[in-house]
Amino acid sequence: MLHIPFWKRLVILGLVGLGLLYAMPNLFYSRVEAHNDAVAAAATAGFETPEQAAARAQWPDWLPSSLVNLGLDLRGGAHLLGEVHVADVYKSRMTALWPELRQALAAQRDVVGAVRRVPGPDDELHVEIGNPDQMAQAVQIARTLATPVVSLSGAGQSDLDITARGSTLIVRLSAAEKAATDDRTIQQSLEIVRRRVDEVGTREPTIQRQGKDRILIQVPGIGSAEELKALIGTTAKLTFNPVVGRGTDPNASPGLGNIILPSLDETGVYYTLAEAPVVTGEDLTDARPSFDQNGQPAVDFRFNPSGAKRFGAYTSANIGQPFAIVLDNQVISAPVIRQAITTGSGQISGSMDVDSSTQLAVLLRAGALPAEMTFLEERTIGPELGQDSIDAGKTAATVATIGVVAYMIASYGLFGVFASVAVTVNVILILAVMSAMGATLTLPGIAGIVLTVGTAVDANVIIYERIRDELRAGKGVVRAIDDGFNEAMSAIIDANVTTFIAALVMFFLGSGPVKGFAVTLTIGLVTSVFTAIYLTRLLIVVWLQWRRPTALEL
Amino acid sequence: MAFRLKLVPANTRINFFRWQWLSFGISGALMVASIIVTMTMGLNFGIDFKGGTTIRTESPTAFEVADYRQALDGLGVGDVSITEVFDPTFGENRHVAQIRIGATNETGSVTPEELNRIEAALKTVDPQIAFAAVESVGPKVSGEMIMTAVYAVSAAALGILLYIWLRFEWQFAVGGVFALIHDVLLTIGIFSLFQIKFDLTTIAALLTILGTSINDTVVVFDRLRENLIKFKTMPLIDVLNLTTNETLSRTVMTAVTTAIALTALLVLGGDVIRSFVFAMLWGVFVGCYSTIYVAKNIVLWLGVKRDWSKPAKDKPEMSDTHGTPFQDAP
Repeated sequence: MLHIPFWKRLVILGLVGLGLLYAMPNLFYSRVEAHNDAVAAAATAGFETPEQAAARAQWPDWLPSSLVNLGLDLRGGAHLLGEVHVADVYKSRMTALWPELRQALAAQRDVVGAVRRVPGPDDELHVEIGNPDQMAQAVQIARTLATPVVSLSGAGQSDLDITARGSTLIVRLSAAEKAATDDRTIQQSLEIVRRRVDEVGTREPTIQRQGKDRILIQVPGIGSAEELKALIGTTAKLTFNPVVGRGTDPNASPGLGNIILPSLDETGVYYTLAEAPVVTGEDLTDARPSFDQNGQPAVDFRFNPSGAKRFGAYTSANIGQPFAIVLDNQVISAPVIRQAITTGSGQISGSMDVDSSTQLAVLLRAGALPAEMTFLEERTIGPELGQDSIDAGKTAATVATIGVVAYMIASYGLFGVFASVAVTVNVILILAVMSAMGATLTLPGIAGIVLTVGTAVDANVIIYERIRDELRAGKGVVRAIDDGFNEAMSAIIDANVTTFIAALVMFFLGSGPVKGFAVTLTIGLVTSVFTAIYLTRLLIVVWLQWRRPTALEL
Repeated sequence: MAFRLKLVPANTRINFFRWQWLSFGISGALMVASIIVTMTMGLNFGIDFKGGTTIRTESPTAFEVADYRQALDGLGVGDVSITEVFDPTFGENRHVAQIRIGATNETGSVTPEELNRIEAALKTVDPQIAFAAVESVGPKVSGEMIMTAVYAVSAAALGILLYIWLRFEWQFAVGGVFALIHDVLLTIGIFSLFQIKFDLTTIAALLTILGTSINDTVVVFDRLRENLIKFKTMPLIDVLNLTTNETLSRTVMTAVTTAIALTALLVLGGDVIRSFVFAMLWGVFVGCYSTIYVAKNIVLWLGVKRDWSKPAKDKPEMSDTHGTPFQDAP
């Protein structure tokens, strides 16, 4: 057992060397970071500026350049947990379905009679049928509008649930379709949030889905969560609706299928609009900041062909009528149509400054959020606080290591030195593994590393205590060391598995900083078993072969 | 003879069961006391669990909490509490306050306008004040976090229970988990007694305590199993004592190294994670105590099988009595 084959020694030392190599970039954090940023920027741009070349030269290309990812609590930045109101989409689906259904039913008017929409819950479409005895026929007609659900779990089911109650036909989305819609809504929201954050150009944002209807957004380096919220929280839903009327009473009855919305720049003025839009922001292909004929900031936009066609048809049929440009439930302007607009482009103007026209263009270009998003959790950490935490963590880790090393050497002499080497290598290995994996180091994670400094020697202690026992039992040096290692193994494994269970639970149930702690703890467990068992043993074996001691004092 | 620091002398023969009723009584009393204290005084939940907003302010000039309070009074932002934060790592020109605002609306966050008003109000008292961190958690999320925390601690305890059961005997598992409950209760108790902020990282600390405390217990159990095989006829109480004495040096060594590391972090690691580190440090001591005085006692009372030879080899019928208390070797 005490004979370690040459290849095994090579592997052990090789792993330690590799660890040193991969941990090293973290010593030169800002230089390596500048290097990495320059390389990434040059790769996306396709060419390299002189500044980027200078930044790149700060760190040689052939050395590993992956760094430990610093968590928000260390780097500073903003964290948001948003909840997407997935049910919003059900309503707009129903609103969009109504004209289609009306048309289909109108074609069979002599059978089903006159139809009209009656009020119902937001996610249902209630239609009153003139000839209730022909309800079966009406249901048949409505069924033709249904399509199969497009999703893995709901395949084969219809997307609409159609029922009849008295003279009322009730249409709602089926459960399978709701699930599929929710999923699409979240995916779309994720994509749009990502585009909006990317347009601002911060580094390494984390944007991920959490649970059924939530989105976690972490953006390092951004000034505050409020800034991020202003960017993400805006739905930027742009629609062009026919204008029904104009008044000053927000509580007036709009009539079915209509809505009352406030005007953006005329206080106290409310427009009554048809709820179903002619064209929406989804039909936009481009939006850019510009100036109107009076030199005021404005946003130019362009429709895609189908949007341009619909807009052209509507404007040519409604010359002389006003239509409203609506953004996030506010009427931006309601111009009168002077002539058919068939070019497919237009301009939004009115009460904007250059900044807000630029932001509006960004939002329109990135697309509208399919549903409203509210924020359940928001955190802003200033960069100074993060730096303070890093500094404090470094000092604490250094002092902790010195303390543990001193205590180990005082307790075990030379073997304590071996254990100390193992502990130091362990910390380096943790950093190396985290860098290579791209894992995130959080403030509790630093605490996890310091804790590991204390617990990593545990395996050494178990082994040494065992060797002491064996020596006391009168065994020779080599025999005692050999037995000590072998007998201690099961205790070491059991002890680490239990901690691993706790870390695993933390990883799956925790979030953010706690997850970071779990990751560090788990990596620390694995590396500490390696350093305590393999590295320490190698050190002891080399020492034994070199000094060949006949007696051992431990 | 070279110098060796030994907190535990070689070959101790302490009878750990001499005062077992007293030690166990103290443990029991402390557990009950923890529950009572927690029930009556409650826990000082952080915003993770209670919702609301905390603002960490920093300023180069000294301030009076009363001035801050006066500035914020009448802003109508809800329930405000202000504490000054002290830390040995702060320089002379660093004055930190933690302002906590109860959840005012459904999402639990102060609005940007409210935040601006708070900042403006504080600037009138202290022009150099800056917000180092602002955190806001809505009641919806905080409610879920409480459940997550409860699930997490239960899941970890259950996982450990199962693992020890598989590796050892059910009596060991019961003893180990009882020791864990002891540790968790005492930790929650001290958090309630001193009204230390109890948040998500405290749960992480509790889970770590579970891990390290059982780690200790498992090492003892491992040696116990070995001794049970070695000394087949020795009374269980003596085997337990022998085992504890044999492993005492290691238990103390590991507790001390962990305590050294955590103390460094407690003093120098900054105030942000102090309660987290405190929980772990406390857990090291409680865990060490529960290994010696709680887990083993349970094993002694439940008894444990004494024949550890392979049942299939010599006594097939032994499988029926698997785990029966005080099954003496034939």
